[in-house]
Amino acid sequence: MKRHLISAGDLSRDDAVLILDTAAELASVAGRPIRKLPTLRGMTVVNLFYEDSTRTRTSFEAAAKRLSADVINFSAKGSSVAKGESLKDTALTLEAMGADAIVIRHPASGAPRRLANWITGRVVNAGDGTHEHPTQALLDAFTIRERLTSPESDQRGQGLDGIRVTIVGDVLHSRVARSNVLLLTTLGAEVTVVAPPTLMPHAIGTWPCKASYDLDAELRKADVVMMLRVQQERMTAAYFPTVREYRRRYGLDTDRMALLPEHAIVMHPGPMNRGVEIAAEVADSPRSTIVAQVANGVTVRMAVLYLMLGGAAEGTE
Amino acid sequence: MTRPEYEGWKAVLTPDEIRRALTRIAHEILERTHGGEGVVLLGIPTRGVYLARRLAARIGEFENAPAQVGSLDVTMHRDDLRLRPARALQRTEVPADGVDGKTVVLVDDVLFSGRTIRAALDALNDLGRPRAVQLAVLVDRGHRELPIRADYVGKNLPTAHREAVRVLLTEIDGEDSVLLGERAR
Repeated sequence: MKRHLISAGDLSRDDAVLILDTAAELASVAGRPIRKLPTLRGMTVVNLFYEDSTRTRTSFEAAAKRLSADVINFSAKGSSVAKGESLKDTALTLEAMGADAIVIRHPASGAPRRLANWITGRVVNAGDGTHEHPTQALLDAFTIRERLTSPESDQRGQGLDGIRVTIVGDVLHSRVARSNVLLLTTLGAEVTVVAPPTLMPHAIGTWPCKASYDLDAELRKADVVMMLRVQQERMTAAYFPTVREYRRRYGLDTDRMALLPEHAIVMHPGPMNRGVEIAAEVADSPRSTIVAQVANGVTVRMAVLYLMLGGAAEGTE
Repeated sequence: MTRPEYEGWKAVLTPDEIRRALTRIAHEILERTHGGEGVVLLGIPTRGVYLARRLAARIGEFENAPAQVGSLDVTMHRDDLRLRPARALQRTEVPADGVDGKTVVLVDDVLFSGRTIRAALDALNDLGRPRAVQLAVLVDRGHRELPIRADYVGKNLPTAHREAVRVLLTEIDGEDSVLLGERAR
């Protein structure tokens, strides 16, 4: 396992499968009378959030607490950051307080990478700008493996070989899309991204996936369709004429869902814009894994924290 | 020995002796638990799980009712986690109706320091409240570091601290054997 988790691209197939296998075992903890393990007792995990987030922060918090770590939540609002403290000074302060790992979300792409150079503890990227969100990709991979590969007992050690995943929407601003493309490809899935031309990254040719503008054609052969949120807050220009037009061409409604093969699942990283990229009936249909993704988020993050913090640091063996 | 990594090791139990020891333990479990009522055999991965299954099969033969069997991974409860890199978790499988009120028999291959069993008792504690917990091991090699003892022992094997004991089982190693040799390094 790597020292830090900054990019889904840093993970080898073996690393990724180990995380998924560990998460599969940890999933059973949620069903036990005592939903807690003593493994990270005495360790401190800091959630350093420079962007608003509910689900990711609470998910990391729940994961750390289920492993008995102490959790400090640090949000930039109403803190010394508002007084002008730099990321480096904040990080060094938190480390001086005894942080063993820092889970960071930051609006600037690359912030976690810089942070990892400054501190001796572990760094987990919980989303940096439009760059990456590796634990989201891991929980998506976990959800896909749980739902689409052969019976539960044989899943250990398996990747996602041959599974066709279509990622639809605002790929340009999406760290979820980038992390998923990197991770799912590493695990053997065939990924296609579908986006309006204005929301397709210029460098899409260098990504290890196919690109398409035709959603309906891609849906017919998809095992998984992953809808991305339209990120109004990151859009500085008019990328599409109206929400209605976006919905008509790239939204997933019940008619479009009917094009999917029988076994296919519908995913969304949340939070959803119901009625924009995904229709309410689709989000609530049995094919939707949106609630399962949230539950799996906690177990996958437990696995990441356990594998990063649970053993001896490299070199001290 | 056929396996090169165990060249120079001494076989201390033959396949027949292992079979007889397990048969005896199965009888002892039935005797001590008055017919195996409410018994759950929980094997500690890796080899304890196979031993637990073999014991359950024998108990099933003798009493015409299969004993409940499962596995209990103790990794997250170990006291030496920080001494080695994080290791992969093994499977924990408990019968659907849980362990509450049952007599749990923990099954492991070798009893040494007792630290694995301490971790198992902690892990079990998080799963429920058994009526009683007992311990069955194929080999007790001594050198306990905690106040823990086994209720059922296949063979008491006096060893030196620097020696190592390996249990090989057909299910995973292709043969049944218990070997005694020098610890690596």
